[in-house]
Amino acid sequence: MFSSCAAPDTLQGLSWLLCYLTTGKHIDFYWSFLTVLTLLAVTAPTALAFGFGGAMMARSQYLALRIIGKGYTAMVRGIPDIVFFLFFVIALDQGIEWFMHQVRCPDWTDPIRNGLEFRVCPEAKVPNNSAAQLWHSVYGFVLAVITFALVFGAFAANVLYGAMQAVPREQLETAEAYGMSHGQVFRRVLVPQMWVFALPGLSNLWMILIKATPLLFLLGVQDIVYWARELGGSKTSAYAYPHPDWRLYYFLFLMVFYLAMTKVSEVVLARVQNRLSLGQATAAGEAQRRAAV
Amino acid sequence: MSCLQTVADYGLRSMGYGERLLPKTDFTLCQQFTLIGSGMLWNIYFGVLALMFGFLLANVIALAKASRFALARKPAEWFIFIFRGSPLFIQFFLAYEALVLLPRNGIEIFGMTAEVSWLSRAWAGALLVLFLNTAAYTAEIFYGALRSIPKGDLEAADAYGISGWSKFARVQWPTMLRLAWPAYTNEAIFLFHATTLVFFSGFPAFRQEGDALYYASYFVDKTFNPFVPYPIVAFYFILLTLALIGIFGIVNRRLNRHLPSNSRSKLKFRPQIIR
Repeated sequence: MFSSCAAPDTLQGLSWLLCYLTTGKHIDFYWSFLTVLTLLAVTAPTALAFGFGGAMMARSQYLALRIIGKGYTAMVRGIPDIVFFLFFVIALDQGIEWFMHQVRCPDWTDPIRNGLEFRVCPEAKVPNNSAAQLWHSVYGFVLAVITFALVFGAFAANVLYGAMQAVPREQLETAEAYGMSHGQVFRRVLVPQMWVFALPGLSNLWMILIKATPLLFLLGVQDIVYWARELGGSKTSAYAYPHPDWRLYYFLFLMVFYLAMTKVSEVVLARVQNRLSLGQATAAGEAQRRAAV
Repeated sequence: MSCLQTVADYGLRSMGYGERLLPKTDFTLCQQFTLIGSGMLWNIYFGVLALMFGFLLANVIALAKASRFALARKPAEWFIFIFRGSPLFIQFFLAYEALVLLPRNGIEIFGMTAEVSWLSRAWAGALLVLFLNTAAYTAEIFYGALRSIPKGDLEAADAYGISGWSKFARVQWPTMLRLAWPAYTNEAIFLFHATTLVFFSGFPAFRQEGDALYYASYFVDKTFNPFVPYPIVAFYFILLTLALIGIFGIVNRRLNRHLPSNSRSKLKFRPQIIR
């Protein structure tokens, strides 16, 4: 990156460290933090949407929808989440390829599950074998996002369902007495009021989501854990920057990163909670009203 | 090969007994159930021991955090923040990398050589991490419960002239446990779930002796079929969760036995997944 880094063997001390920390692989390492942040930024709203759908289904008037909604929230309970992560990624991958296989190669006669192999026709491969490496990474990332959203959506559904139940019944009855329809009550009264009840649960979920991001590594995405292991491992003199096993320091750095994320989230979420409590019929809202008078 | 034979061969494989080689081809359902079940022994080992030791440490830390003295409170707050604020996955990696750096031929303490290489093995190293981790989570639960002991209970103790240690042992501690128990049950369940991370996070499986998920992913790697081994793991864990809820429910009933039946706290399984 810097011109002074052309001959690493001659460097000493700080300038060596500076050159070492700006090698191409380290730049990749820094970008992978962006991967993690992107995952968080994409997964959080998606999971919230899944959760919203799940919660709405769970309190639907129709038995079938109710069973699906409750089943979805109950699905993730009692089973370690990592099992879901490992399971869904392969299952989704195979599901998509199986579907493409049915569409694109209808006259393929060999069985797909042949003994120990899962074999579809070459045209059904997703992404295509000839596609650039980038698309394989993107595909892997998208599968990871869907998996995260599915699992965390179940938890968000649970939280939102509880929050919807927690909105005081009188509020809804008042709205009904004013002649609002079922949908209007839901949109104008229930949803605006439920967030204050949902926020503690959702902030908890956000913290858990942050702490779940290292599992990306298990899903085969080149995330920060992958790079920390890769870069930290001891390098012989065959490399430009030989060093002993430094994985401990790399993982310490990741630990500090996650602790900082947690701390920042705590501060921000406390503010949001404060803001949402304004004018609500809760203890916190009442305390704010008293303080303002 | 009959299923009984498979159970005899692989039932204790995860502990290092029985057949040395894992099955390579033609996996039967029986083999998968047996091996994954044998791996569950590790999950139970990690979970039970970490829970027992963690419970003891958590009491100390919760009290330290509730202490008036900064010298006791600050370390407890930091301990809880570090272990609750970072992913367990990273903690495992970090601990493993730190533990392998320990000198190979032992540490000299007062002229004696203490063997330390066993610490980098999963049975000790991962147990240590799980123990500290669950201690931090449990301490936070206990601390919250300690703060929500009804004022009236403490005033009643004062009125009866109970103070100091006997006030703690006879009023505060039992009430804290009673209030914390439902949340603690969840923590226990998720600790067991967290044990599945051990062999995916740096700690190598010595002689292919791993936990349930280790064997399940072994089968998936070999057959490329996730639809059998992972549901088997799920099945075992649901059984384990039900057993845990049962056991903790008995304790919960005992903790609440003095209360009128309508004000007893019920155990509710609320999810809180990854740590």
